[in-house]
Amino acid sequence: MQAIVLDKVSYQYQLDDTNLVAVNEVSLSIEEGSFVVLLGANGSGKSTLAKMLNGLLVPSSGEVRVFDELTSCEEDEVVYRIRSRVGEIFQNPDNQMVASVIEDDVAFGPENLGIPHEEIVERVDWALRAVGMEAFRSHSPSKLSGGQKQRVAIAGILAMRPKVLVLDESTAMLDPRGRAEVMGVLAQLNKNEGMTVVHITHHMDECVAADRAVVMSEGRVVFDGTPKELFSDPALVERAHLELPPVTQVATLLHESGLPVALGITDREELLEAICRLK
Amino acid sequence: MMKDVSFGQYYPAESGVHRMDPRFKLVLMLFYVVLIFFVDTFVGYLAYLAFVLLMTGLAKVPLRTLLRSLSGVGVMVIFISIINVFFYGGGEPLWSWWVMSVSVESILHALKMALRIMLLVMGPALLTFTTTPTALTDGIESLLSPLKLIKFPVRDVAVIMSIALRMIPTLMEETDRIMMAQKARGASIDTGNIFRRIKALVPVLVPLFVGAFRRAEELAFALDSRCYNASPKRTRYRILKPGARDAVAVLAFAAWGTFVILSIVLFDFDTMIYNAISAAIGG
Repeated sequence: MQAIVLDKVSYQYQLDDTNLVAVNEVSLSIEEGSFVVLLGANGSGKSTLAKMLNGLLVPSSGEVRVFDELTSCEEDEVVYRIRSRVGEIFQNPDNQMVASVIEDDVAFGPENLGIPHEEIVERVDWALRAVGMEAFRSHSPSKLSGGQKQRVAIAGILAMRPKVLVLDESTAMLDPRGRAEVMGVLAQLNKNEGMTVVHITHHMDECVAADRAVVMSEGRVVFDGTPKELFSDPALVERAHLELPPVTQVATLLHESGLPVALGITDREELLEAICRLK
Repeated sequence: MMKDVSFGQYYPAESGVHRMDPRFKLVLMLFYVVLIFFVDTFVGYLAYLAFVLLMTGLAKVPLRTLLRSLSGVGVMVIFISIINVFFYGGGEPLWSWWVMSVSVESILHALKMALRIMLLVMGPALLTFTTTPTALTDGIESLLSPLKLIKFPVRDVAVIMSIALRMIPTLMEETDRIMMAQKARGASIDTGNIFRRIKALVPVLVPLFVGAFRRAEELAFALDSRCYNASPKRTRYRILKPGARDAVAVLAFAAWGTFVILSIVLFDFDTMIYNAISAAIGG
């Protein structure tokens, strides 16, 4: 089943007198249970697209359907159903937390949805365990590292029991360790809980674990396929103003200098083996 | 510099006072604060001091921490005491010059004023030492809930309070960072006279405000994403339940309050003290 379907979606900003087209006729569908990484350089329209996935923004033209419901629907009930099904996490974890105690912050979503008290307690326990932050439940968010804060933000969304997680550049402000923590949590949720994940980023190495990579450039989708295919197309990567991970760059350079090394290698061990096999 | 400011300074400890229902603590503290304005005898202040010290002991808050809460009003207490000693004007002057005079009464009056201010600060400080900001917000929300009848947005006010408390450390950190950035570029924030320093704060405040608005935008999206206002019947994660502990606290407080009120209405210990001291000096 398709979780989210975008049909010729465009979004225009009104900036002074000029119309800025941030997203230009994008059609895309996201399969339930898949792990999709949406890549794009700054200004490629990927954040605008992310906000249209749960109706925070409504497209200027075209339509977005979430489990067969239109995000442009005016009924509050439908709007909130869509938002509780597609949970969105943003870039700066500090700007997403509303309480000075972690467990209270995680409980905020279910409280808003009017979930009975006993079930909120269960959900908070489960969500904190799912992101590995149960030991910090009574702590203050200001004492946590960036990666930990972002995991708490994920728990806050998980407690609403969404079917899809959308991460709008949620790793952009984190150090490599924090990024690895968050990516680990996402992979686990996708594998163990069957959570559909849409991860928006400009770090190419983060799509290694994904089923599918979508690349946006200047408001359009310019690539849609497996990460392996994307890594094997250095020209496209460059056109989209992205940067290949170092391992892939080495493999590409070796390939271009005429050596029998395959394009699109993302794993260090794989590269090592390819090099060892050279005569 | 900014690190010293700790708002709603909670002192974590395992105690009965900490575990009390925040609503009871808030209401009792309200009585405490209102009542002190009627107390004008040393016996009354002694009762207040005994109450504060007993609570501090029960809450397992170190005396040093309690006294530190007074550091903010130290200058004010000294200033008010001095003014009262010299300008009170009543009683038989022991010493006088121009419009100033010092008498036994003026000294005792100054002492009372100082005690009143200090007790006025220590009581609420004890409340914040023993109650987390979250519990305070919950308590205030619950106490204000009758206002829902007149369509007062109690829930929104509680969320605003919660977010404000949550953002204080974040904005403090940001202020620190901006100050360091300005210093790195040669701004002198900590030097010069007071006007210079105020002027130097402008390049700190402008980016701080711009940053706060940027945060607010992302926060608004985050609130929407978390279905804020989705259900008219918002449920709660924490449920406030008054227990036997709160009943005991109310009874003890009532007994103490009765004593304080009686000391105001019935006894006149102070005249006795005045007379005794005057006699001692005069004799």
